[in-house]
Amino acid sequence: MSNPIKAVPVRHPGRWLAGAVILVLAAMLAHSLVTNENFHWDVVGKYLTASNVLNGLKNTLILTVLSMAIGIVGGILLAVMRLSANPLLSWTAAAYIWLFRGTPVITQLLFWFFLAALYPRLGLGIPFGPTFLSVDTNSLIAPFTAALLGLGLNEAAYMAEIVRGGILSVDHGQTEAAEALGMSRAKILRRIVLPQAMRVIIPPTGNETISMLKTTSLVIVIAYFELMTAVQQIYSRNFQTIPLLIVAAIWYLLLTSILTVVQGRIEKHFARGVATR
Amino acid sequence: MTELMVKAEGVHKSFGRTEVLKGIDLEVRPGEVMCVIGPSGSGKSTLLRCVNHLEKINAGRLWVDGELVGYTQKGDKLYELRDREVARKRQEIGMVFQRFNLFPHMTAVENVMEAPVQVKRESRAEARDHAMRLLTQVGLADKTGSYPSQLSGGQQQRVAIARALAMRPKLMLFDEPTSALDPELVGDVLAVMRQLAADGMTMVVVTHEMGFAREVGDSLVFMDGGVVVEQGSPREVIAAPQHERTRSFLAKVL
Repeated sequence: MSNPIKAVPVRHPGRWLAGAVILVLAAMLAHSLVTNENFHWDVVGKYLTASNVLNGLKNTLILTVLSMAIGIVGGILLAVMRLSANPLLSWTAAAYIWLFRGTPVITQLLFWFFLAALYPRLGLGIPFGPTFLSVDTNSLIAPFTAALLGLGLNEAAYMAEIVRGGILSVDHGQTEAAEALGMSRAKILRRIVLPQAMRVIIPPTGNETISMLKTTSLVIVIAYFELMTAVQQIYSRNFQTIPLLIVAAIWYLLLTSILTVVQGRIEKHFARGVATR
Repeated sequence: MTELMVKAEGVHKSFGRTEVLKGIDLEVRPGEVMCVIGPSGSGKSTLLRCVNHLEKINAGRLWVDGELVGYTQKGDKLYELRDREVARKRQEIGMVFQRFNLFPHMTAVENVMEAPVQVKRESRAEARDHAMRLLTQVGLADKTGSYPSQLSGGQQQRVAIARALAMRPKLMLFDEPTSALDPELVGDVLAVMRQLAADGMTMVVVTHEMGFAREVGDSLVFMDGGVVVEQGSPREVIAAPQHERTRSFLAKVL
């Protein structure tokens, strides 16, 4: 450090030019947001916390959390089955993934909703033998249940492939070392492989969660109700389409932002031992 | 037979159509340090992995401490062991890998504690105590809280040895423990292994370290092409090999 280098840094005129262009465009956008009366910010403000909208938001949250929970648990189960040495389990998982990834979510939602048309009554009993308990399908599968089944079971098929990719990304030497220590298969999966697979599993799972947040709006086809449905009901009455779409967008953006922060936290947790240096 | 720690009789192992072990006979006495040398592809690592049933043998018999590896015999019928029984037998055999295979998401002390807590159901406090003593023994008392990525290769391999010792094994298998290390780090690992041998541990060591084989080994086995070509006391085999293949291999590595 006796003679530090003093040099003229390379100039970047392109950066200045791009910066200027972006600044002008941003200013134009901001200006129009404020001055264009068609945005009707007063309407946005009025409906942002309307009870219908908040009810819809609540349902969106409940559906997202529960569907993702079903999807993640089911996905881990399917991934383990898919990788199992038992060919029957492996094929069953492959068939499930093929079926649930291969048909549209909307089809599956409608299918669960109209299950009663196929099986009017559902019962518990001995296969091909007597039935002990039987209930009306329609009373068991309300729109909420149909929505959970449709979204959750579909999500499980996608999560299965994400989890499988994560498990495969862990070096086989890890399993061997754990086997050599006398650990059981279940312990190896839970203590050694999955914690390392999480680093690969979490980013796409974050994507899936954010995508689920918006996919829940499909439940409108089975007469269930969430944020997007709430907003549509309102603008079909008062014709303030754009302001109400902005209301929905604001809530979705807020939720997505929160999820992004949470995802960052979780990623940091599972990066221990790797990022520390 | 019960006086032997490891006994192999006509052990064969194939991967698909490739026969890697073509009838291996070996005997390791308790407290013995056996070094296995040979060119790559000679089957020495595979043999080691058969001993704790990481690989299934196709023919022959293999015993550890008087018990068949991977099977039980009733009359003249063999029954495959369940995963749980295989796992129980592995607890008594420590293994050290060429590429360490430490668990990267756990600190050094957590790596060493993992199997005693999860497999042997030791209390965490007890396991931690033991782990600390073992890490001190391998010269890493100041690295207990470090993650593997923060340790040098030699330090990682010493943690791996401590991890294997934590299960109080009666037999230790080393699969080229110094081959992935920078030359200046080899000495620390060999010193730990030397101490272990002096303490009376039974060890089977696949290695290229001829100095270690000569000074620490009680017996030396030279393998080539899936068979044991020559075995005997390390000094004799190294000084006066009987077979041409042994001679040409030793000429290359010495």
